[in-house]
Amino acid sequence: MFSRAYKAAVTLPPLVWVTVFLLMPYLLMFCYSFWSVSASQTIEHSWNLANYGQLLRVNVYWQTLLRSMGIAARVTIFSLVLGYPLAYFLSFYAGEKKDLLYQLVIIPLWVSYLVRAYAWKTILGSDGVLNTLLQYVHLTKHPLEFLLYSPFAVVLTLTHIYTPFAFLPIYAALEHIPLNLVEASHDLGATPGQTFWKVIFPLSIPGVVAGATFAFVLSLGDFLAPLLLGGPSGIMISNIVVSLFGAAYNWPLGAAISFCMLLLVVGLLFFSERLEKKWSFS
Amino acid sequence: MATVRGADAGTSSRTLLSIRNVAKRFGKNVVLRDISLDVAEGEFLTILGESGSGKTTLLRIIAGFETASAGEVWMGEERLDRQPPYRRRVNTVFQHYALFPHLTVEQNVAYGLRVAKRPEAEIAFRVKEALDKVKMSAHAKSKPSKISGGQQQRIALARALVNRPRLLLLDEPLSALDANLRRQMQVELKSLQREVGISFIFVTHDQEEAMVMSDRIALLRSGELEQVATPREIYGRPATAYAAQFIGHTNLLKGEVRAGVVRCGVLTWPAALPDGPALFSLRPENIRLAAGTPAGTGSVRVRGKVRHQAFHGATELIRVECGDGLVLVARTPGSGGALDDVELEFSPTDAILVRESPERI
Repeated sequence: MFSRAYKAAVTLPPLVWVTVFLLMPYLLMFCYSFWSVSASQTIEHSWNLANYGQLLRVNVYWQTLLRSMGIAARVTIFSLVLGYPLAYFLSFYAGEKKDLLYQLVIIPLWVSYLVRAYAWKTILGSDGVLNTLLQYVHLTKHPLEFLLYSPFAVVLTLTHIYTPFAFLPIYAALEHIPLNLVEASHDLGATPGQTFWKVIFPLSIPGVVAGATFAFVLSLGDFLAPLLLGGPSGIMISNIVVSLFGAAYNWPLGAAISFCMLLLVVGLLFFSERLEKKWSFS
Repeated sequence: MATVRGADAGTSSRTLLSIRNVAKRFGKNVVLRDISLDVAEGEFLTILGESGSGKTTLLRIIAGFETASAGEVWMGEERLDRQPPYRRRVNTVFQHYALFPHLTVEQNVAYGLRVAKRPEAEIAFRVKEALDKVKMSAHAKSKPSKISGGQQQRIALARALVNRPRLLLLDEPLSALDANLRRQMQVELKSLQREVGISFIFVTHDQEEAMVMSDRIALLRSGELEQVATPREIYGRPATAYAAQFIGHTNLLKGEVRAGVVRCGVLTWPAALPDGPALFSLRPENIRLAAGTPAGTGSVRVRGKVRHQAFHGATELIRVECGDGLVLVARTPGSGGALDDVELEFSPTDAILVRESPERI
């Protein structure tokens, strides 16, 4: 077995890393959320709950938080609707093309986020690819304005970016289902449809939960897509945090909002892990 | 094609399943060639073969998980091989049971009835009946992962039988069990089959298992049927050298017939056979120690030196070198001591003429 010194040597570096770069900044942020900014733009270290009060009182904060959750929820649903059939097809019907198709899903993940977001800007803009095409075929007379700088653009872009994240755990879960269970189901008289709903889907639920969690958590915290494509109506909570830590110079309020989001996300992760456990049987 | 059925099998002779000239290739690899086989109603038929002989593939063609490259499978007046597996009145007990891990034992057994949309009251009754039959009612609410391998085996059986199939396919269902449980399940499975009267096609590589349970054995070798017969017949009158060697121990004697006399090294005996080379199978238990008594009329005797002696409890296997390169293995009652020079004796009627089994690729 391993000696104590060896165990300490391998566990210490990651522990130090997590403490210095994760726990301490969080702790600092937690402290900040109870402080305030004076008129002379200095941080006052007086402990109070004013920031949290402001979060609840000022409409723009909690409304943006709700809208962000709404956008994240839509992204999650679209990612699942796109990712699940794709994973299902790859796992059960792709045959020899499986590896190639899998790579095609993964490759976009290697492309810079910015490139993919800008690509949508080129497609959706008023003189972009889509509008030009629509006018060229005389479907519309004027460029459609709602395509860019709208929640629609944000949901579309985030769905594009996070669908592989929803796809991967679903695919892994489907690949884990022993083929003889599918055969057993057919053998017992279940049609392919019945087999899907009674065997395949229930056994893939842990993957669906993991995929949904990825898509929701990642898009909830996203700030680049709304920044580049969201416009005023597509702003998300992270954009507010960014501006509070930047131009607005209100770190305490920014910290309070961040901390609320952190709680939300941790709660969600906890919940989804419970759900995954409940539905795994291996 | 042998179609002999055991007199003690208690089967009606009506054919339930008819496999006609079935062949299967995977790419260039020929797995089955020209298999024709009938299964009678209520029969326990075992497909016996080594791994790679194609036995599981044949079973999967009957179940519908593979399509035959050529040939047909008929059940009564119905062409089975054109139907998807979920329309066939055939159920399978899978090698590793394939129980649904997210369903309880009870829900697993009810699965076939649920998808067939039977009334709930009927489902409850039949599931209970099936669980009682395999003595698993106490575990109705358990998940499959919480019960033992032997218990999972029973559930797999109940899940298949509850649908009252006309034919049950069993793919090496006992191979994952330890030896004792395995012997116990062999007996249980056989008596269950008698009780329900459903035809069983049982796949195994274990010749002993096949002998104990089957009405008939279909011996498969490299994708072709070697012999189809009752256990007694296949043991007592093997058709080929392979059948003789695969089922039980045997001495294969390569001889030459000339003018009604077989000559095989130092052995000779009369036989009404055409001239030419001939191959014989002689079971070790049909060779006795002559023990100084006068030779019986017509029996063959030979002297030899015992080279090896293996104690098997009630019997012993002795390897005797008879000179001229001839080695005979004899099964004798426990002699109680080491043997050296012996005289062996057998009756020529026990030397069974068998066909050669040429190598196949």
